[in-house]
Amino acid sequence: MDNFKLRFYNNFIADDRWRYITEGLWVTIRVTFFAALIGIAIGFLVAIIRSTYDKTGRLKLPDFICKVYLTIIRGTPVVVQLLIIYFVVFASFNIDKVFAAIVAFGLNSGAYVAEIVRSGIMSIDDGQFEAGRSIGFNYVQTMVYIIIPQAFKNILPALANEFIVLLKETSVSGFIALNDLTKGGDVIRGRTFDSFMVLITVALIYLIIVMGMTAGVTRLERRLRNSDH
Amino acid sequence: MTTDSTLIKVIGLEKHFADGKVKALDGISTSIQKGEVVVIIGPSGSGKSTFLRCLNLLEVPTGGSILFENDDLTDKKVDINRHRQKMGMVFQHFNLFPHMTILRNMTIGPIKLQGKTQEEAEKLAMTLLERVGLDHRAEAYPSQLSGGQKQRVAIVRALCMKPEVMLFDEPTSALDPEMVGEVLDVMKTLARESMTMVVVTHEMGFAREVASRVIFVDGGKVVEEGTPEEIFSNPKSERLKSFLAKVL
Repeated sequence: MDNFKLRFYNNFIADDRWRYITEGLWVTIRVTFFAALIGIAIGFLVAIIRSTYDKTGRLKLPDFICKVYLTIIRGTPVVVQLLIIYFVVFASFNIDKVFAAIVAFGLNSGAYVAEIVRSGIMSIDDGQFEAGRSIGFNYVQTMVYIIIPQAFKNILPALANEFIVLLKETSVSGFIALNDLTKGGDVIRGRTFDSFMVLITVALIYLIIVMGMTAGVTRLERRLRNSDH
Repeated sequence: MTTDSTLIKVIGLEKHFADGKVKALDGISTSIQKGEVVVIIGPSGSGKSTFLRCLNLLEVPTGGSILFENDDLTDKKVDINRHRQKMGMVFQHFNLFPHMTILRNMTIGPIKLQGKTQEEAEKLAMTLLERVGLDHRAEAYPSQLSGGQKQRVAIVRALCMKPEVMLFDEPTSALDPEMVGEVLDVMKTLARESMTMVVVTHEMGFAREVASRVIFVDGGKVVEEGTPEEIFSNPKSERLKSFLAKVL
């Protein structure tokens, strides 16, 4: 027990090392949160463009651009994308690493969100679409009031999973020397050489956040299920 | 030009698929007067549903024109959404919005499209629901209703927009037999109140009793057209005779 106390002291208390964890966690949370927002924005936009093309044949050029985007993002590793964003795209700008990470992970997530949302939109019966149009709603209104809310309910588990994956994927931020949670733990490990305690701590923190996210989604799903008794 | 009492005038309507190889509609012309109940009958695949769905452009015709209140709906410059508000549509599979309560299903159109306040829209919706005996289900979700109830809601949802004409696309075909009556009763009441109606149906009893005019469609063409009396008791074409022999 004394040994545990000493190790704990060495890893987290001495030299205020706990700050690598808390500051790293804060970076991880910020990157995940804003990347998720970008991912949702891009994802819904791309999904609506793609399903509009699928349903009506309109927006051919935007659809083509979306397809190129999806192919590139889904066809290359996220670490490589992160490196390219930071060292190539933003090379000549002196930008914040957190910002670079948000852009990289947001662009990456958008591609996966897009395909999830598109599958949700395409899963809604055409009759719903026709009913909306026959009342007099235009295409966008039908999407917003009728199709997206139903699609959203169907895709919620997949979407939540995507954001859980996103949270975990941000752990490669160390590749651009961004001190996120994982990198913070790794820094401590480099000082104290106590791999076990530090890495398990880091893993536990990820696990707790993911469990919290899962619990939140379960509650949301239960609320949305009100309409199908 | 159309006369004052003409609501919809259809001229040479065509719907071709696969570059003209399949002719779902092959030049249909007719006109629908205000207050008329036009029932369209015909074998399946005859084009009767396609015809109905072309009237509010859910199906885009490949030829011909549709004059609704003197606007040509097939003209690309026409604001079809505005016209659709005046053309209520009832579908075979009800197509209620499952994520909304019955009341919301009925009020979303008037609120979002006609600028009604929630209070006004709900008042109208409740009056209509009461008339079809479903006011006690206003807060229910569609999945909690029977097929017949769903279709009655679908009818009053369309009525909430105060349409000039109601289009019915086989409104009883997806119902259990014992629920057909309740839906037909609502439609009969509407007809009695001089609502203009275009109805695609297999309910020959309804056609005979309620229709002011019956149109028999086959192969994308109007084969015969007339009063229920003429169509059912005195059919002229062989095609109609053999069709009636099978369905009556």
